[in-house]
Amino acid sequence: MHELPVTESILNICVKHAEANNAKKIVAIELKVGEMSDLEDEWMQKYFDYLAKDSIAEGAKLKIERTPVVVQCNLCAHTFNVDIKKREKLLCPECEGTCTLISGKEYHIKNMEVV
Amino acid sequence: MEEVRLIEVKEDILADNTVVADDLRSKLKKEKTFMLNLMASPGAGKTTLILRTIEAMKNDLKMGVIEADIDSIVDAEKVQAHGVEAIQLRTGGFCHVDASMVLKGVNAMDLDNFDLLIIENVGNLVCPAEVDTGSVKNAMILSVPEGDDKPLKYPMIFTVCDALVVNKIDYLELSDFDMSAMRERVLTLNPDIKIFEVSSKTGEGIEAWANWLKEETNAFIG
Repeated sequence: MHELPVTESILNICVKHAEANNAKKIVAIELKVGEMSDLEDEWMQKYFDYLAKDSIAEGAKLKIERTPVVVQCNLCAHTFNVDIKKREKLLCPECEGTCTLISGKEYHIKNMEVV
Repeated sequence: MEEVRLIEVKEDILADNTVVADDLRSKLKKEKTFMLNLMASPGAGKTTLILRTIEAMKNDLKMGVIEADIDSIVDAEKVQAHGVEAIQLRTGGFCHVDASMVLKGVNAMDLDNFDLLIIENVGNLVCPAEVDTGSVKNAMILSVPEGDDKPLKYPMIFTVCDALVVNKIDYLELSDFDMSAMRERVLTLNPDIKIFEVSSKTGEGIEAWANWLKEETNAFIG
C-alpha cells in the first residue's frame, strides 16, 4: 500500500549515489526486501517506473531479493528462520523462549549498475 | 557501447526516518512527555477510545492528541470538545505518518503543557506498522466485528505493538469472534504484548487500559 513513499526513497537515494559517481544513467538497482513486507515486486517496479520518468533512473530495473524473517531467542540466543506466512510460531524450537526479530522488515539498497 | 559499472550503495530506505524518530524520542525524554502511537483499521474505534481514555486520565495527566487519521478536522474537533488540545496533521491521503510529519506536529505544540501525547495514526493495518513515528510505545486496536483472523492476515502490526486493545467486546455475543484463538494467534507473533479487552461504548475494561498507559507514561517521564 505504501509503494509510493518506499519507491520514492529508493529513487532519491540512487540518484544521489549516481550523481556522486558521475553516472549518466542507472540501468539496474539491486534491493533486499524483508519477507515481512507486503510490497509486491511487480508493483514496486510500476511505481518506480512512474516516479523515475525523465530522471537518470528512467527504465532502471529493480532486482529484488527477498530476505527471510530471522529471529533470535531471548533466552538461549538460538537464531532461526520463521515462515511468517505459514504461521510458524515465534517461539524458540530449542527452549521455547520468546524471540526478537533480527531481520525480515528491511528495505536495503545493495548496489546499482550505471553507465 | 558504454561500460556498465557497479556502484555499492548499502543504504536502508527507512534509515532517514529512524534517525528522525530516535531524535524525536530523545527530545520527548528531555521534555518529559510520553508519546503513544495508536494504530487500527478504519472504524475500529480509535477516536472513541481516545475520548474514553481522556475521560479516564485527564485529571491525572496533561494530555494532547495528534490527529493523522484523515485529512479533515472532524476528529480533532471531537477531541477538543472534550477539553484536550488536538492538532490535525494534514497527511493529504498518505497511508501512514512518518517521524518527520509527527515532529512537525510536536514542534507546533508547547511540550511543557503535556505529559502524554497520543497519535491517532491513519486507519490502516499495513503501512503504519512499517514506519517508526518516534513514539515511545505503540498500541493498536482490533475491534470484534473485524474478526479474530486479523493476526493471521496482518502479522507485522502485531509484532511491533506493545499493547493490543480488543474493542467493541459488547458485540461478542452477536459474533463468532473466538477470543482465545485470537489471543493465541497474537501471542504467537508477540509473546510480550499486553492485551486489553474493552468496550468504548459501555466503558468496560477502559480502566485497566488507562492504568497501563498511566504506568508507562509515569515510568517514562519520571
